[in-house]
Amino acid sequence: MAFVGDRPVISAPTSATSACTQPAVASSRSLAVSFDRIEKRFGALFALRGITFDIQPGEFVALLGPNGAGKTTLLRIAALLSTPTRGRVRFVAGSRSAGAQESGDGIPGESAKHMIGMVGHNPLLYDDLTAAENLRLFAQLYGLDDPAACAARGLESCGLADRANGIVRTFSRGMRQRLALARALLHGPSLLLLDEPGTGLDRQAAGWLSGTLERLRSQGCTMIMSTHARSESLDLATRAVLLGGGRVAEDTRGSDPQLLFQRLRSES
Amino acid sequence: MSTARAASIVLAKELRLELRTRELLSATLVFALIVIVMFSYAFDPTPAESRHYGPGLLWIAFLFAGSLMLHPSFAREQAGDTMDALRLAPISSFSILLGKMAANFIFLAIAELILVPIFAVLYDVRLMGVLGPLILVFALGTLGLVIAGTVFASISSHARMRELMLPLLLLPVLAPLLVAAVQATRALLADTPSLDPAWVTFLAAFDVIFMTASWLVCDFLLEE
Repeated sequence: MAFVGDRPVISAPTSATSACTQPAVASSRSLAVSFDRIEKRFGALFALRGITFDIQPGEFVALLGPNGAGKTTLLRIAALLSTPTRGRVRFVAGSRSAGAQESGDGIPGESAKHMIGMVGHNPLLYDDLTAAENLRLFAQLYGLDDPAACAARGLESCGLADRANGIVRTFSRGMRQRLALARALLHGPSLLLLDEPGTGLDRQAAGWLSGTLERLRSQGCTMIMSTHARSESLDLATRAVLLGGGRVAEDTRGSDPQLLFQRLRSES
Repeated sequence: MSTARAASIVLAKELRLELRTRELLSATLVFALIVIVMFSYAFDPTPAESRHYGPGLLWIAFLFAGSLMLHPSFAREQAGDTMDALRLAPISSFSILLGKMAANFIFLAIAELILVPIFAVLYDVRLMGVLGPLILVFALGTLGLVIAGTVFASISSHARMRELMLPLLLLPVLAPLLVAAVQATRALLADTPSLDPAWVTFLAAFDVIFMTASWLVCDFLLEE
């Protein structure tokens, strides 16, 4: 694995730019993520204090912890939106069956962006553009072949085809979140980062989210989702990492995460 | 994807948003117009005074208009964390900045296109014979204002009291540009108009230096 300064590099990326792969992810390849002694400071405040753990291709990791535990900060570092003060994050291409596969050819970290999708707490959409304009814009930015067709497929997949020309400002929270997920999946990412995606969703929308995540998991997409212990989507997680005070307080790697979820639910 | 291609996508997005909301242009235009009209009535200048002081008033109006316009270009990315969405995409930070600079240049140029004829009428200044050189000076001055302004707007967007921070950061930096633009404009509006190569060179150098600096620091500018 190679690095350019503190920037991670990725081995053998999939060619995500060649075509619009919505709604499926790049199923033959997944992405493994490795956090290596990640530390993040904002002035004197420590958000993360030496986070170290690996995520295998195709794993669905639930990132848990109280407010201020550092979940969002860690996701932003994984999304390359934030640079760690110390430590590094690295990505390795692989598959769920074969695991992470080291490759000799290192590619600069910016290339990993072709393989990463993110759904934030906010939908990361332009309120004053229509749903179709938003998806077309991001399809263009990801260099997809036919942005209009990609946008149409994205809208179809999230059930908003009939609202393609609706201004996002007029959408409900559930509709925005569905569109946000369609945006994040436009380029067929191998790693999906989700920051409390279920917040504010009604039961129907939360069910749709769980269904979509289940489909992505079956396709081999690696997922990291920060959430709370009562989220419906937790049942899909194959592993849980509990953060506390910027450190890994508990990691269920190799064991059933449901026990931890039950314990946290009973405590809350 | 090339920087130019990515910047053009960001520019198209900015233009589409502005066409839909008309937030930046309308506020900027009205404000600059008020400044020019108020100065005109307050000083009631003679044609000679207009030629001497008019360029200063005009560029101050552009400067105020620019600082009003530049802040929202980043502030409206914060409403839905859309700057994160842009930064998630596999494009360079510089292309995002470049797209925004191009959009701000177009918006300010449109405002100037409307303001300058009104200025010429109110201040009794003849522009016809010097239109070409005047466009060159306005283009270079506006470009400098927009390049530095976009950089400082991105810096101030992370700060508390960001609306106040931008003019505080921007005005001292733009002082040399303002002096050069005013002097070059004044030379063109004088009784015997001339294009002063020294001031034009200064304006061009300012643009190149700030564009290079923004290219060097763009990654830091857009990160939290």
